Amino acid sequence: MKNLLNILDLSTEEIDSLIKVADDIIADPEKYKEACKHKILATLFFEPSTRTRLSFESAMLSLGGSVLGFSEASSSSAAKGESVADTIAVVSGYADIIAMRHPKEGAPHVALTRSTVPIINAGDGGHFHPTQTLTDLLTISHELGRLDNLKVGVCGDLKFGRTVHSLIAAMSRYTGIEYVLISPVELKLPSFVKQDYIKDKGIPYTQSTDLDSVIGDLDILYMTRVQRERFFNEEDYLRLKDSYILTEEKMKKASPNLRVMHPLPRVNEISTAVDSDPRACYFRQARYGKFIRMALIMDMLGVTV
Amino acid sequence: MNIDSIYTGFVIDHIGAGKGMMLYKLLGLAKLECPVAMIMNATSKRMGKKDIIKIDGDIDIDMDVIGYVDPDATVNVIREGKLVEKRDITVPKELKNVLFCKNPRCITSTEQELPHIFRLTDEKKRIYRCIYCDTKANN
Repeated sequence: MKNLLNILDLSTEEIDSLIKVADDIIADPEKYKEACKHKILATLFFEPSTRTRLSFESAMLSLGGSVLGFSEASSSSAAKGESVADTIAVVSGYADIIAMRHPKEGAPHVALTRSTVPIINAGDGGHFHPTQTLTDLLTISHELGRLDNLKVGVCGDLKFGRTVHSLIAAMSRYTGIEYVLISPVELKLPSFVKQDYIKDKGIPYTQSTDLDSVIGDLDILYMTRVQRERFFNEEDYLRLKDSYILTEEKMKKASPNLRVMHPLPRVNEISTAVDSDPRACYFRQARYGKFIRMALIMDMLGVTV
Repeated sequence: MNIDSIYTGFVIDHIGAGKGMMLYKLLGLAKLECPVAMIMNATSKRMGKKDIIKIDGDIDIDMDVIGYVDPDATVNVIREGKLVEKRDITVPKELKNVLFCKNPRCITSTEQELPHIFRLTDEKKRIYRCIYCDTKANN
């Protein structure tokens, strides 16, 4: 039985295969509209999420399957103190596959011990969110036609941003990757991420505190939010916040082939004026999330078309 | 207790100096009824200084704990005053309910019946991580 807890559970060959199916779904969605007929996806969201849950549900419905589940712990037996293991033992009798989000790190690992159906981790606290990374990889592949030989800039909160850590872990397995790490000193990439996925693999990287000076070199700019609450004092926040806001002015210095990505939700780190720039692909990225989840659900259920 | 003569029990020898107390704690030796001797900073030809633990009692000893704290330690089994066995120590792949995850965001912090399991993720650096949240053990 297949499960997906961490993006690194998938080999690059498996990721390539999922991307190939997702590309085919994008090209011909009709072909897949009954691929998962009579199959049920349970979306167990122990904490609220709009995008991820709806993306999973839309993916299953587009495959002709059905969905059931809950969107917050208060509307499940977890509110009565039921353990994750017991909830999963029950739900795996009602569904063919489970996508779960939980605020506690490692909750999907507990789910595996009791589930009789495949488990997809739809986010466990600040730990892993593999389908976001799959979404990011499909976006890069679809927009730029490759996952290798790329200069990838990641910008904003690199310290706490799990999407950035997972993306770096996944991209570091492809050849010709170079990173530009753009953040305030306070929010630098944690040393263990840098060591394990960049330095140990001999991948070239540069660090910068200034987006403006490096944007011109990038193929990908992956933006994340710099949150006020991450700073020790208001003064530092006010001093730094504008350095990491992407504006039309900054975009003028970027390559015509740049792609700007963002896991969303965006607050103010990308000016809305940038949205109409064809290089801004974050809303397309959210759409790709549905297609890669369709490919993943099919794969985990052993369905082919 | 004469620490030089164990009748039936164990001598954990060649423990790296300073690691003896951690081993004492993780093996739960404070809870034993039998005599336990802890020798710290003993002179060693091979190691310079070493710690030694002598347990004068026939107990179940968790070799994985010893392998985690110091795989270079040696374990001598004593029966009726004689050395009857020298046990091999290997670095354990997994530790169950020996280390406890301190990450407040880990699922083990709220689901308290879950076993705390740490797995060896880097043999060279001997790094163990919680199987649930990947937090590094730093005992």
